[in-house]
Amino acid sequence: MTAASATLSRVAPIGTLARRNGWTLSLLAFLIGLLALTKVIQPGYGPIAVQGLGTSILPLALATVAQAVVVIGGGIDLSIGSMMALTSVVSASAMKGQGNEFGVAAVVGVLGLGLVLGAINGGLVVVTRVPDIVVTLAMSFVWAGCALLVAPRPGGGAAPWLKDVVLGPIGIDWIPKAAIVLIVVVAIVWIPLARSRLGLEIYAIGSNQLAAFRSGVSVGRTKFLAYVFTGLFSALAGLSLTASTGIGSPVPGPYTLLSVAAVVLGGVSLAGGRGGVFGPMVAVVVLQMIRTDMTFLNINTNLAVVAQGVILIGVVMFGSLVQLRRTRG
Amino acid sequence: MSELASTSPERPGWLTGTAWRSLFRDRPIVPLVGLLLVLVAIIQLVQPGIVGVSWAGVIVRASIPLAILAGCQTLTMLTGGIDLSVGAVASMAGFVTATLVHSPGGVPFAVAVALTAAALAGLISGIGIGVFRVHPLIMTLGMSFVVLGLSNVWQLETIQTGAGTPDSLRTLGSGTVFGIVPNSLVVFIPLMLLILLGLRRTGFGRLLYAIGDNPVAARLSGARAWQVLIVLYVISALLAGIAGLLISGLTNTASVSLADSSLLPSVAASVIGGTSILGGRGGYGGTIVGALILTVLTALLTVLGLPEPTRQILFGSIIIAVAAAYTRVTGET
Repeated sequence: MTAASATLSRVAPIGTLARRNGWTLSLLAFLIGLLALTKVIQPGYGPIAVQGLGTSILPLALATVAQAVVVIGGGIDLSIGSMMALTSVVSASAMKGQGNEFGVAAVVGVLGLGLVLGAINGGLVVVTRVPDIVVTLAMSFVWAGCALLVAPRPGGGAAPWLKDVVLGPIGIDWIPKAAIVLIVVVAIVWIPLARSRLGLEIYAIGSNQLAAFRSGVSVGRTKFLAYVFTGLFSALAGLSLTASTGIGSPVPGPYTLLSVAAVVLGGVSLAGGRGGVFGPMVAVVVLQMIRTDMTFLNINTNLAVVAQGVILIGVVMFGSLVQLRRTRG
Repeated sequence: MSELASTSPERPGWLTGTAWRSLFRDRPIVPLVGLLLVLVAIIQLVQPGIVGVSWAGVIVRASIPLAILAGCQTLTMLTGGIDLSVGAVASMAGFVTATLVHSPGGVPFAVAVALTAAALAGLISGIGIGVFRVHPLIMTLGMSFVVLGLSNVWQLETIQTGAGTPDSLRTLGSGTVFGIVPNSLVVFIPLMLLILLGLRRTGFGRLLYAIGDNPVAARLSGARAWQVLIVLYVISALLAGIAGLLISGLTNTASVSLADSSLLPSVAASVIGGTSILGGRGGYGGTIVGALILTVLTALLTVLGLPEPTRQILFGSIIIAVAAAYTRVTGET
């Protein structure tokens, strides 16, 4: 009897876990299938390629986490790409020709800068009450302009230890350092956040702003803080750009729109209040693997962009069909 | 007299905050034209003599493609949507036309193919949004990836890439009558009338407002939202295609990313023009003025001799300031 109940109580959480994370788990299964396919079509796919994969996805993965935080809170940030460009050029300009000790100070300073950028975005959204999409769209011009002011053309440098943190393997050859960095950063910042009161409030305002307000959540303050965290993750993404390329470029990459795509693919509802950051991170790897596989298959790489678009649309269509079925049934 | 009234502490009724508010809310075009005139006056002050008839012609010519693209955003935003694929669709239309100029069918055939491709992209977006209820932001974003990728593939497939923009499009996009009146008005004025009258006088226009204002009420009153949305996104893509042809003619270039930089300004022009991104409120008149304001603003920042980064920073700040003023005055959250 006690043994049976013990087993039950042990089994039940796993079932709940599977049900709650169904989307992420199926995405993970898809990724494993994709990896198996890669190994089949390209038997030489080995540790070096995996390390390259880890380094190349790190900026987008962090940008996606940044986007996920604010989308869960019912907003959207279209200035992430520009914030990454700004933090990347600032860090690269500061660290050029400097030693490791100064590099640490520069990294801390750039993270502080990210907090400030996010605070300005969030402050404007809360104070002006203009829709998030408009404010962050306009701020994307501002931050991109600031990046060009800092450095008119790509340049600068990265402290050796910073490059060392994201390049190469750790332990065995199959584990890229970048993946560990990603997991550690997310574990340090996101997990405590999601479990804290603030995290719950972010989910609450994203899910139903009025209900959250009536339950005593300070909507403005919570939204502001969500944007601050987005700024912090954008700065981390910018730093990872500097670290992996060794320079800073003032021209924003395609990260803003790709991060929106990855967030939605990862099971975060654009309406807010639903999802986490793990699914979106898996989605980033999936998007990158599709591109890699198409290169291996000798398919025109431009079709990879088409495939990314088709998969984005297809997956979301499938998701909303399931939703429609459920509400009708 | 109005100056006297505004400085005296006891203001007459028509100058109270409420009256101003209703002016902004009901006739947003009045303060917008005021802002436009202020910007023009500043340009004239900074560089006396620059403002003239031919200068106005240049400004109008530069505004027309932006105004058409902003039309896409206005129409879709009225239903609570947005069209992020206009940049990719416009570039694609210009590029496809340029590659097909020397085909047997000539320019008409090239334009027909380009606009058909644009309409097809719009049809797919419309089906996704209307039937499958995909969020417009995601659907059109995905569509922009698809269109961009296919344009790139087409670029590699076509052997003759150096064909360039056909002369007729160049004349249409960048030519002027007597060096003043831009030829592209021939395209723009009918489109403008069509959109303005379509929104005010037709059932379709009213349905757009109804769906954006309250989708549930619209459905309960018998509006078939999915049909409206499909037609809407086809129209939006066609407008984007036409704008792409004009941009290609104006700049005398054709590339797969030609109009990408117009995407965010098109949203900005629509927002400045008083169309709510949440749906149900706005109109095309304000959007046209919004496009003019953005163009004059760019001209002003250029005249001031500001470097490009500073221009971008000011551009963004002004968009936020105008949008914030709107929100404050109309009291909409």
